[in-house]
Amino acid sequence: MSVDAVGARIDARAWGWRHAGRSDWALSGIDLIIAPGERVLLLGASGAGKSTFLHALAGVLGGDDDGEAHGELLVDNQAPNIVRGRVGLLLQDPDAQVILARVGDDVAFGCENLGVPRDEIWRRVDAALTAVGLALPLDHPTSALSGGQKQRLALAGLLAMQPGLLLLDEPTANLDSDGVQEVRAAVETVVAKTGATLVVIEHRVSIWRELVDRVIVFSAGGGVLADGTPDRVLAEQGESLAAAGVWVPGFPPARPVRAARRDTNAVLTTEALVIGRNARAVHGEPIAVELEGGRALAITGPNGSGKSTLALTIGGLLPPVTGTVSAAGLANGGAEEPISWKSKELLTRIGTVFQDPEHQFVAATVRDELAVGPRALGLPEHEIEARIAHLAERLRLGALLSANPFTLSGGEKRRLSVATVLATRPPLVILDEPTFGQDSRTWQELVALLAELLDDGTSIVAVTHDREFIAAIADQELQLVVPTRARRDDGESAR
Amino acid sequence: MSVLTPIKGTQAVYRLNPVSKLAASAIISLTLVLSIDWVSAGVALALQIVIFFWAGIGLRPFFRRTVPIWIAAALGGFTMLLYGRASGETYFQFLLIQISDGSIELAIATTLRMLAIALPAVVLFITIDPTDLADGLAQIVRLPARFVLGALAGLRLIGLFAEDWRSLELARRARGIADRGRLRRFWGQAFALLVLSIRRGAKLATAMEARGFGAPIERSWARESRLRSADGVLVALAIAISATAVTVSVLTGNWNFIAAQS
Repeated sequence: MSVDAVGARIDARAWGWRHAGRSDWALSGIDLIIAPGERVLLLGASGAGKSTFLHALAGVLGGDDDGEAHGELLVDNQAPNIVRGRVGLLLQDPDAQVILARVGDDVAFGCENLGVPRDEIWRRVDAALTAVGLALPLDHPTSALSGGQKQRLALAGLLAMQPGLLLLDEPTANLDSDGVQEVRAAVETVVAKTGATLVVIEHRVSIWRELVDRVIVFSAGGGVLADGTPDRVLAEQGESLAAAGVWVPGFPPARPVRAARRDTNAVLTTEALVIGRNARAVHGEPIAVELEGGRALAITGPNGSGKSTLALTIGGLLPPVTGTVSAAGLANGGAEEPISWKSKELLTRIGTVFQDPEHQFVAATVRDELAVGPRALGLPEHEIEARIAHLAERLRLGALLSANPFTLSGGEKRRLSVATVLATRPPLVILDEPTFGQDSRTWQELVALLAELLDDGTSIVAVTHDREFIAAIADQELQLVVPTRARRDDGESAR
Repeated sequence: MSVLTPIKGTQAVYRLNPVSKLAASAIISLTLVLSIDWVSAGVALALQIVIFFWAGIGLRPFFRRTVPIWIAAALGGFTMLLYGRASGETYFQFLLIQISDGSIELAIATTLRMLAIALPAVVLFITIDPTDLADGLAQIVRLPARFVLGALAGLRLIGLFAEDWRSLELARRARGIADRGRLRRFWGQAFALLVLSIRRGAKLATAMEARGFGAPIERSWARESRLRSADGVLVALAIAISATAVTVSVLTGNWNFIAAQS
């Protein structure tokens, strides 16, 4: 944007960091130099300290109370917390990065903190919004933006600070494919325009491969494992990276082999079903769902089309606005509508895995978390133990049984949330974005497990954007559309 | 979230600085809590109603947003009617209930007072944009920017908390534990929300820091918050209303200063 915006240089000499209260170093022995204007993709198994490195470069790792550093880490030959404003950090969670209520104010926030004069701020805000392709009025509410738009807004906020170093920490992990493309394109424009140095962490290599000119791999045991051109590093390390959960082109995760289809009965059907929340319809049009035993249905569609609402309605958690959901095959002769069932009855009939696993956790340890459902059913203690043991082994949770669910990694949380639902063996499992942000190893395990359930006759409904996931397990796809009326009606229902 | 969506419009009230709105409603409330007579409250309320028309808020949004106040004022008055300090002639008596000249007067005074304090506060506050308020508090009142902006950014999370709460509720039904123990579940859910909010707060703090928040540099302000002549008029009106109410009340001999009562 401005003529003097030249990329920043990074020097790491035997650098390492240990979080306060931990005995192991999050990372150590990092030796590298990144030249001004270089574009680096940073890879490594989860737990290799990639995020910690980026936070350190951004100067947001904290002081002596938060941990202990050794070696030296410099940006433009200075400590990172001194050159604030020279470094911009984009994080993974779009919701966590919106700071103010209006688009223009949000972009201006960083400039204000750097003491940029008022006239200059608004010039920069306009330029930054243009660069990331957000052609919105300055007073547009930030709450009405999609995930991809929120990430581009955050990028514009960084860009307006005119940083010499852009750090992206899995910026597209929580986005649908359109969002990924939007953000990728915006970053490309920004880097080309400013000449800023770029360091990006991402476990889907294909997104950034063409944009970066260097790949650095952190070793889980500390230090730099590989460093070089994308072609060379991916050829040498591709296989081991893929085994560690990185999505490397040419090393796709294995897809399960499905058993031959059997003829089955209807499990769940809808009639004139109109979905919505608080009796306010998302769609005027009724939605028809017909689900058979041992089949998988994928619900797809853009943001705001009511996918999650449909999943919750089918799952007996939200009442239909009008019409009915009927699951006679699951009801044991009782009432057919899932919403009329008791909470306990749902356990053995329909299991729902929420998009955010943290919403589902109710216990203090992984073991108790797995026991919640079976206990509510009043199963004998030895049966509960047996189920926990089986699930813990199947979903690699064995070493974590006494850990607090909230302290697990993203992949572990996802596996636990699926395991808690399977503990009561419901014949219908509903999952909301089960593969969002997952590494390829968790993805592969999840898909294999779901395929197994399907072969055993369990039905699956999955809300998803993930085409590979759909190709791997879905038997049918229900595509929802954004209702044309919602946006005009009022802002609240458009979310 | 109604707290986060101010009513927007083009009339004068929308262009006033939030700081002067705060000041105006503080002046009126502080004056009216000094006495509990019906005259001062009645005079203030009458003058305010004239000014509400000038404010330019439609009758429908006005009543929709002030419903709780009307209910609270009526209930407050009713309580005073039944249990207020008795004096003069007694019209009805049952157990502790005693309706008398004194309690009727107290009831009227209480109802009017609650309306006269709360209605202008609501009329002024529903038109306040939180961002503008933060700008005003930091630039005009000179509260610390760190504190004001932290609170403003935190306010945005309230909408997310409401969504979290709904999801937590549905998830508990899905986990098979929503049939019994409503109270225990509520506390468990509240604790989960607390954990989620702390995490969201921590992430937001990192995002703000990553944009230079808290850097040792003199902050600049993208939006200037300034007091205009209309703001002076608003504060002058508040003073005039308060002064008139007190004067009329004292002249008619109704003023009873609360500190002077036993």
